[in-house]
Amino acid sequence: MTWCEQFGWFETYDRLEQTWIGVAIRESLWLFPGIEAVHLLGLAMIGGSILVVDLRLLGVGLTRLTTGQVLASARPWFIGALVLMFLTGVPLFLSEAVKCCFNDSFEVKMVALATGIVFTFGIRNRVAARNDAPAWVARVVALVSLAVWFTVAAAGRWIGFSG
Amino acid sequence: MNDTGPYNPSLIHDFALWVDSHAWSTALHESLWVYPLVESTHVLTLMLFVGMLAMVDLRMLGVAFRHTPVSEMTARVLPWSVAGFVIMVCTGVLLFYAIPVRTAHSVWFRVKVILLIVAAINAWWFHRRVSRDRERWDSQPKPPLNVRLTAALSLATWSGVIVAGRMIAYNWFDCDRPQSAFITWAAGCAAELQAEAG
Repeated sequence: MTWCEQFGWFETYDRLEQTWIGVAIRESLWLFPGIEAVHLLGLAMIGGSILVVDLRLLGVGLTRLTTGQVLASARPWFIGALVLMFLTGVPLFLSEAVKCCFNDSFEVKMVALATGIVFTFGIRNRVAARNDAPAWVARVVALVSLAVWFTVAAAGRWIGFSG
Repeated sequence: MNDTGPYNPSLIHDFALWVDSHAWSTALHESLWVYPLVESTHVLTLMLFVGMLAMVDLRMLGVAFRHTPVSEMTARVLPWSVAGFVIMVCTGVLLFYAIPVRTAHSVWFRVKVILLIVAAINAWWFHRRVSRDRERWDSQPKPPLNVRLTAALSLATWSGVIVAGRMIAYNWFDCDRPQSAFITWAAGCAAELQAEAG
């Protein structure tokens, strides 16, 4: 049972689905696939910008650069990709909000996404920026980051498979 | 292709039919968990394959890692992308193996294959010609135009591969729906429809 069902958010989700954006996407043959495809391009971009930093924190990849240097180059692309994901993800949600109300994967994704954003900006980026974190701290932070963002992506894919 | 003459099966169609005759092909297509898992792995590996490749391309465009030599990116980041590519090929082959006939006659799949070939030629061209004088621009924050063009073409073709790949799932251009003459030709529908009729 999803939180949406449990806490009675259905009507809110239903209203969101009736917004003009949601209606326009549902009524169009091409909009949903088109937005979804751009969402996938964002996935590749956000994945690369996360991986390149986390791999460096794990001690592989661009080891001639400091973690702070890798972060400095990857960060704008991560933020850009994150914005692209929101700009495409929100309309996708609006077009099928009612389905998402009964979709466990959607809620898993949202929780993982919130965790990922807080963890990345609150902890992981700070650890990467200050170059002097003990190796084991950097490693744990990277593994948590990878696990959380993998969950976001995998649960996101699973929204389409479940109900 | 002769649409009006006697049935003349194409090589692609025959190959797809042959794959389709494998019991494992059907088993994979109908499996409750394995097919979605393979499909998800294919999609999620975009982060590793295209994501890491994009970092190298953005460096060559001069818009990321500007103070890191290009050779450092190709030596330390590109191998991760290559590992992702291997996973992409393995899972991609399995996805084709599970649904061979429809996929072989999908316009989107055919577009994707063409773009894959363009991307491959571009990568070959980069390693063969463009990177020949790499020492000259390896450390330049903004490499010369031909390097940037190769990187831009790489990003463009792989983006096209992603979009076309995603669209394979939609049935707008399937042969069992009414299609224009162009789609019928481009998807090789004549072979599929005649085979079904026969």
